Amino acid sequence: MKVRLNVNRQLREADIEPRKTLLDTLREDFLLVGCHAGCEHGVCGACTVLIDGEPSRSCLMFAVQADGYEITTIEGLSPAPGELSIVQDAFCETHGLQCGFCTPGMILTAHALLEGNEAPTREDIVEAISGNICRCTGYGQIVEAIEHAADRLRKTNVPRKTGGAAQGEAAQPDGPRGGRS
Amino acid sequence: MKPAPFDYVRPETLSEACELLASDDDARIIAGGQTLIPMLAMRLARPAKLVDILRLKELHGIRTERDAIVLGAVTRQVEVERSEIVRRSLPLLAKALPWIGHPPTRNRGTVGGSIANADPSAEIPLVAVTLGADIEIANPSDRARMPADEFFIGPMLTSVMPGDCVCAVRFPVWSTGRVGTGFQEVSARQSDFAFVAAAAQVALDETGRCIEAALGIGGVGDRAIRIDVVALLGENPSSASIKEIVRAGTSELEANSDLHASADYRRRVALTLGVRALDDAFADARSGHKALQ
Repeated sequence: MKVRLNVNRQLREADIEPRKTLLDTLREDFLLVGCHAGCEHGVCGACTVLIDGEPSRSCLMFAVQADGYEITTIEGLSPAPGELSIVQDAFCETHGLQCGFCTPGMILTAHALLEGNEAPTREDIVEAISGNICRCTGYGQIVEAIEHAADRLRKTNVPRKTGGAAQGEAAQPDGPRGGRS
Repeated sequence: MKPAPFDYVRPETLSEACELLASDDDARIIAGGQTLIPMLAMRLARPAKLVDILRLKELHGIRTERDAIVLGAVTRQVEVERSEIVRRSLPLLAKALPWIGHPPTRNRGTVGGSIANADPSAEIPLVAVTLGADIEIANPSDRARMPADEFFIGPMLTSVMPGDCVCAVRFPVWSTGRVGTGFQEVSARQSDFAFVAAAAQVALDETGRCIEAALGIGGVGDRAIRIDVVALLGENPSSASIKEIVRAGTSELEANSDLHASADYRRRVALTLGVRALDDAFADARSGHKALQ
């Protein structure tokens, strides 16, 4: 089956079997290998991508279901080649990673949280990353990294969705946004 | 961890979806996929065809009707969680939602998916049984409603026939008295499957007497069940009398053992959480919640 997916603001095409997950399609067909294959049944969170800005498991979605959504992988976060986003940089600065396997999922989840919530509490952060498993850090530095990123984002002029999920904005109905791709 | 091959179809209308399901015994519905895809990945399920209903507009959305809130089957759990209408009129469901899976699975998981999957420990079926919700089911020729209590038969087993499609869940709204709710759950880790969950909703009149009460227990037996708490009606019960009433109501509870928890443990915890959920509900109602809208 042919699919056209909007990945990191680029339209990409692939000819794939319906049984191929979005995760495998991102990794094998589009070579976006920052999307990590961990448990492959929705438990570990390593394969997290953003679907229309919301963290989702790419192993729990078939690529044939994913047309029309805005898909963001870790490769789509950095502002320019060779640079890091503020959240990525905060993870480096506070040692929010060791082996790095969970990191793309953690960072995308943190990115989505901070898009909708300028000043998350520790509880908000813990709840947000509760679906992402890290076996190295013990989570302490990850929470610290996200707090640090929130602080830095508050001091920048980067425009964000204000309000957003954390403040009860009505969720959008499912389905493609912004017309057919 | 790769699913067996299948055909994928995305019908444009509900009737088309029902036709597809009725014409192929090996066809299954997929919506959010948060339970089905792991089952496919582990090859516990091998359907020949997947019928994707996620984008059917007629199955989507949160609607207020006279005395009910109707949730379309493909409404995502996160939409219900963020809904002002649900918070106002179905506070028990609003309280239960954060217990479902993790934020990323709630972003994709649907209301109808949780209902049709009928996991005995699932939160939405528990609230549906507790409040006496109706499940709307479509097939190629007809549309029917069934009380949640009849809909759920056992673990992963419902009254849905081949060719049927769950299209909505209709939750009754309590409109008299001061309404209070409580939701309690115990699991191995936060957001994991519940060993025991308890959901309670009560309504009090202006003198503080209970005029309506519902208590449901999930995760203990083969399906969520409603506990008889009719003895609360007309009372302004103390914690001690709530405990006696729940003890009587849960004394015959059928409970399952598995590697996580014994049947005895589940029965004991059902009593404890049932009491806590009702205590919370009464405290919530007494603290002055207005009638639901």
